[in-house]
Amino acid sequence: MKVAVIKYNSGNVQSVLYAMERLGAEAELTDDIEKIKSADRVIFPGQGEASSAMRYLKSKNLDKVIKDTKQPFFGICLGLQLLCEHSEENDTDCLGVFPVRVKKFIPENTQEFKVPQIGWNELENLVKNPLFENLKPNPFVYFVHSYYAELSEFTIAQSHYIHDFSAMLHRDNFFAIQAHPEKSGEVGEQLLKNFLNLNI
Amino acid sequence: MLTKRIIPCLDIKDGRTVKGVNFVQLRDAGDPVELAKIYSDEGADELVFLDITATVDKRKTLAELVTKVAKAINIPFTVGGGISTVEDVKVLLGAGADKISINSAAVKNPGVIDEMAAEFGSQCIVVAIDTRDVDGTDYVHTHGGRKPTLLQTQAWAKEVADRGAGEILLTSMDHDGTKGGFANEITAEISSMLSIPVIASGGAGKMHHFEEVFSHGKADAALAASIFHFKEIPVPELKSYLVEQGVSIRI
Repeated sequence: MKVAVIKYNSGNVQSVLYAMERLGAEAELTDDIEKIKSADRVIFPGQGEASSAMRYLKSKNLDKVIKDTKQPFFGICLGLQLLCEHSEENDTDCLGVFPVRVKKFIPENTQEFKVPQIGWNELENLVKNPLFENLKPNPFVYFVHSYYAELSEFTIAQSHYIHDFSAMLHRDNFFAIQAHPEKSGEVGEQLLKNFLNLNI
Repeated sequence: MLTKRIIPCLDIKDGRTVKGVNFVQLRDAGDPVELAKIYSDEGADELVFLDITATVDKRKTLAELVTKVAKAINIPFTVGGGISTVEDVKVLLGAGADKISINSAAVKNPGVIDEMAAEFGSQCIVVAIDTRDVDGTDYVHTHGGRKPTLLQTQAWAKEVADRGAGEILLTSMDHDGTKGGFANEITAEISSMLSIPVIASGGAGKMHHFEEVFSHGKADAALAASIFHFKEIPVPELKSYLVEQGVSIRI
């Protein structure tokens, strides 16, 4: 199983590579278009700022490559947000795979809700999906984010912080998660394993 | 619902855990990777590695350890101890650390917080603050709490948050090692004042101390070392207790 982890100007991708190694997949961090096109799975990790990430992707033509992928594709954290239509983070037009808008958390009570959301929160209202094989109801995953995707018809799991938001999205071959599965213990490992095992 | 985090802290010297640990299942009591794996399996929400190595090889051994830990565990971990430059941070994050924590370096040169946050994002920059009550006023201390500074703790906490720290690790040197409970008052004061999470540290001795630091202390996370290492309070037992007390906890 060859996994291409898309290389761009984002932080902390090492953990994703280690997670793939633990699952026995052959993962490579790359921005080589041919390697991405020929991989069995593509992971779009991320941590960082939306507008500079989009600029970087466009400069390398990776925006088109991502939109044209046919194999199972998994966007993580900023990866999820970039797959959406637009992000409030520096008013950025994103890839538009999901017709969903990304907004900033604005707490009414800053004592109760801090931004970013940092820590373990539940995935709720899981829609039947092969990605959720062998998961218990309401599993916990690890989040670090200040922006969130609104709920949509493509939401396959939601989570609650200040209000409900899309914790996971799915459309055709594109899957995405706001949390960090590579840092989410057994639950995260199971999600990644299910992604590798997808048969679509 | 976002849960409160329980964070065991491992002291590291020359790539090995220093404070004694009492885990019967450990084949090698000094192996931080093995200990980290156990804590991760037991349900710890995060780990902190505090490196107290003072040798010239420090950087290399620490980076090697971080790589080993990152390969072995799948929960977030923070690395601290003697980190002072953007280059130090780059090496450790590159090796697989999720966050780094800085302490004395920030006191000496506060601008380094801005630099690190700009370069790597606030989410991976934890500023550790050691505080001590001096005649009724809280002052920041460095060098393991031995050296007082002129910085007033509350003002310093606000400054580091404004400069881009993603979290504050607040250790009360008055409470550290006493096992008499966390410093709930100052923790609550700082947590209420800031919009970034506060990790409380110092003073954990009983399970109810954790309940108190989350309710009265308004902490987002609680860190402890010896009570976990010596199995005085196993992580799973602590978490079940907190759930019973109505604290939002990941089980």
